[in-house]
Amino acid sequence: MIELRGVSKRFVDNIVLDRVDFTVQDGETMALLGPSGVGKSVLLKHVIGLIKPDAGEVIVDGHNVAKLPRHELAALRSTIGYVFQNGALFDSMDVGDNIRLGITNEEQYHDDDYCAARVKECLRLVNLSPDVMPKFPAELSGGMRKRVGIARAIAGQPKYLLYDEPTSGLDPVNADVIDSLIERLQQELGVTSVEVTHDVRGAFRVADRIALLWQAKIRAVGTPEEILASKDPAVQQFLERDLEMAVIQAEGNDGPRV
Amino acid sequence: MRAFTAALDLRRYVGRWSLRSASHAGRFFFMLLDLVRGILEWRVWLPRTLDQTIAVGYGSLFIVLLVAGFAGAVTSLQAGYQFTGQLPLYVAGGIISESMILELGPVLTGLILAGRIGARYAAELGSMRVTEQIDALESLGRSPYSHLLLPRCLAGLIVIPTLVMLANATGFLVGWVAAKNSLGITNADFIYGARYFFRSFDLWYSAIKAFCFAAAVTVLPCYIGYNTQQGAEGVGRATTQAVVAASVTILMLDMLLAQLLLAPAK
Repeated sequence: MIELRGVSKRFVDNIVLDRVDFTVQDGETMALLGPSGVGKSVLLKHVIGLIKPDAGEVIVDGHNVAKLPRHELAALRSTIGYVFQNGALFDSMDVGDNIRLGITNEEQYHDDDYCAARVKECLRLVNLSPDVMPKFPAELSGGMRKRVGIARAIAGQPKYLLYDEPTSGLDPVNADVIDSLIERLQQELGVTSVEVTHDVRGAFRVADRIALLWQAKIRAVGTPEEILASKDPAVQQFLERDLEMAVIQAEGNDGPRV
Repeated sequence: MRAFTAALDLRRYVGRWSLRSASHAGRFFFMLLDLVRGILEWRVWLPRTLDQTIAVGYGSLFIVLLVAGFAGAVTSLQAGYQFTGQLPLYVAGGIISESMILELGPVLTGLILAGRIGARYAAELGSMRVTEQIDALESLGRSPYSHLLLPRCLAGLIVIPTLVMLANATGFLVGWVAAKNSLGITNADFIYGARYFFRSFDLWYSAIKAFCFAAAVTVLPCYIGYNTQQGAEGVGRATTQAVVAASVTILMLDMLLAQLLLAPAK
């Protein structure tokens, strides 16, 4: 389980998170919605300990992330797959080595046969052919880079998957491909996931529950149906900004999944 | 009133500067600690150190030898200009060999490598920081110190002293050839002069200087690059800062080491 209790964070004079409470149950997929620059990625980085809170606690798997000693934090991180917004692939390594680095068990990491098989398996899971293994990140398209980033995140067989804007910067077709991929990975791997996004349509498609981060606070949390039915003006304002929501709402009784 | 405001501004400036300096000192100290801790992960840093050693060593060899050769030749020509008719010719052998070993070899090589290796390290690590590659490494439970910083620092500590010794030898040999051609000094006189002024401690001094310069050229740029902020502009700033910091540190160490090691050895 991932739990944030009263987490606050500010950068100089900018309050990014203000006593945020946020819980993700085991096996659940939570989408964290919010406008650009509201602090969604900052919240996600708290979960993996890349940013420490000014106040409050971040509990992952029963561990207080900010207070873990270095080796325990590294062990905890090895159970979490993090998909970065721009892939954050290592420029100097080819795709195969990038994914291999995601294998967090040291014994397995040094076993060449295991690594070769695991890298191929991860590429298959993200719908990429093994032919991309010798390519370097600069030779990949944006969508492929995102998928390689996901392959690297799942290579270590994590319990938790954190996606930071996995569809940002992609055209609608590629965004759909990534959303389908996240859905399929969820079904095949059964991990606990948090997807940070401002893509309302994608969030409604993949998430069991949705939270809206608004002005440094969690403004609403609920199932897609509950969020859709919310009378909160901030929620409505945010949902209405996405043109796709018009389609969802027009479909009315067919439910929120598109 | 104006004087009061100015005094207040000065106090704020000094306060901020002190806090920033203390923060850098603390972070630098902890980075050194992390580098030492990272040594235990030899399976991680060893292969990467070899890669870095080949990359920075082989890539820097030509420019280092070129500069050392010119330094040896110029020293020889200037020695001829200054001392012909005043001192015995064999003195040129001593001047060229001692200048190269004690000063020109280590300092020129250090300054060139501050630009070449220091800039490279700061730019690489800075780019990795702003594109979240370092965060990605940490998110995988891996240490950036053993994966990125330690291999670079160790490669520099291996390569730079080696290059300094090669630069010393090249400068000496080119200076010898130049002295023969420009001053008409015989081989026997040149060797006599070089041996007359040479002490084995000189080579140790050169090696110690090279090692200290190597630390400045690697650790400082790694620290600056690792702590880069604010995108492409930040990478540019970090690269410039790294070269300036490494170069100034080399010159300061040069003076300090001369005071510490040469003064007692007189």
